[in-house]
Amino acid sequence: MEPVNVKMDELDLRVSIGSLKLQNPVMTASGTFGYAREFESYVHLQRLGAVVVKGISLEPRAGNPPPRIFETACGMLNAIGLENVGVDRFISEKMPYLSALGVPVIVNILGDSVDEYRQLAERLAESPGVAAIEVNISCPNVKKGGVAFGTDPQMAAAVTKAVKQGCQVPVIVKLSPNVTDVTLVARAVEEAGADAVSLINTLIGMAIDLKSRRPRLANVIGGLSGPAIKPVALRMVYQVAQAVSIPIIGIGGIASAEDAMEFLLAGACAVQVGTASFVNPRATEDVLDGIATYVREQKLESVRDLIGALRIG
Amino acid sequence: MSQIQQKVELIQSEVIAAGTVRLTLNAPDIAAAAVPGQFVMVQTAQGLDPLLRRPFSIHQINSEGLLQILFKVVGRGTERLAQCRTGEQLSILGPLGNGFNLGESGNACLVGGGMGIAPLLFLASRFLQQSHGGVTPRVILGARNREELVPLMGDFLALGIEVLAATDDGSFGYHGLVTDVLKTLNLTSQSSVYSCGPKPMMAAVHHLCQKENIPCQVSVETVMACGMGACLGCAVPLKAGGYAHVCSDGPVFEAGELLWSL
Repeated sequence: MEPVNVKMDELDLRVSIGSLKLQNPVMTASGTFGYAREFESYVHLQRLGAVVVKGISLEPRAGNPPPRIFETACGMLNAIGLENVGVDRFISEKMPYLSALGVPVIVNILGDSVDEYRQLAERLAESPGVAAIEVNISCPNVKKGGVAFGTDPQMAAAVTKAVKQGCQVPVIVKLSPNVTDVTLVARAVEEAGADAVSLINTLIGMAIDLKSRRPRLANVIGGLSGPAIKPVALRMVYQVAQAVSIPIIGIGGIASAEDAMEFLLAGACAVQVGTASFVNPRATEDVLDGIATYVREQKLESVRDLIGALRIG
Repeated sequence: MSQIQQKVELIQSEVIAAGTVRLTLNAPDIAAAAVPGQFVMVQTAQGLDPLLRRPFSIHQINSEGLLQILFKVVGRGTERLAQCRTGEQLSILGPLGNGFNLGESGNACLVGGGMGIAPLLFLASRFLQQSHGGVTPRVILGARNREELVPLMGDFLALGIEVLAATDDGSFGYHGLVTDVLKTLNLTSQSSVYSCGPKPMMAAVHHLCQKENIPCQVSVETVMACGMGACLGCAVPLKAGGYAHVCSDGPVFEAGELLWSL
């Protein structure tokens, strides 16, 4: 692993997500960083602002049949199918390593019903070392005909309330971009008690193999991520920043410090690096080093000077 | 874990057959840590398109720290790599995956088809080293025709290994499948088969080995995004149900563990 060659000591990179204090604004995005151990050869994990782990459900999930991924222009489609080890194995097998890292561990959760989300929150609340919960509301609500929780403000609010009731740690609701007006869902989850929102999850997309006339993904459709979605994500962060007063975590195509700082200017107080970690496992640390360098060169008092500092007009 | 992400210099790029390219990289750290069957992820562009790295099995390493990959130009990523010039720096990750489980050289039979021949050269070399050059593993290589196969055989012959060749069109060696050649060797359960190639070929090798009770390891190829167990995109179905991930559970599997539906 490359040595740390950016001096951070005198810089103030701290940010807060409600009561959650981070040493810097750079986190991993759920589903792109495994359970962190996968990256220990490449990243000084203790330098990260927070680690957000792969989405966890009550029961283990095997995931979708292959092909699960397909590369597209400046991005990729995935339909992994929320494969994960389930909450019990997560707590017994993954949490000991994670909680020893010394950085906040944010656990992403997903369920088929409001009650499943509540149960997950309760189970995780028993596990010391869980700094916050991020709620993936892009999953289908099985009891409501498979409509995604995240596309309906009322269902999103119901999930948020249930998770808040289930645990004491800060609750971050991860918003789906696959809606007509993202601010409606953002406001609904804020009213329901969310401590923060993170956005965006993947954009639903599709690709077809002309030769076989078959979809490129066995699941037919999948989530688009990577640099291709950054402008959409940035726009949505900007819109949500006008609509809510809770903290926002920006996600979507962030591959460099410049990308990350655009999100801060648009109103995010932290960012998550996702697909970029597949291409460059050191991406999170490179983003962090780039932000630090910028803060020093621009002689900013703190990285927080950038948050919402967008100039319009 | 001793995986490394680094920029390495392209020492040589050779077109060894039409559309088939061999790159030699100066990657001493990765070469020193690598075992046969492992792979590297190579970045094909400086920018964002193509976005993802491409996985390549390690074709050969030498004592000077040079590492070779062998590939067919099949898309934008490999096209870009084929255009790379000597002296260019390429970002690679590795060594990744588990690698073959090496038994006795004298009992080994390597069965490769097409580009699946790539990891078998490194494996054959390691077997030779292990037996101090005394006992060579048996090697069966197949391809569509002479033009494809002969350039891939050269390095095996240079190691002093006799190659049993098969081509689909009969233009070189046996006219037919590698499994037909494999049958003639009358292997026993004391033998070990190591196979890499197109899926139907590996399925046929597996079925033959299963019937004769011969242990068989296969190296599986899939699309991958990360190569390190994070994206879970490289799933292959298991016989026992559920999925394994080629990058972190493989790419080498006991053939009997996988579900060979065709």
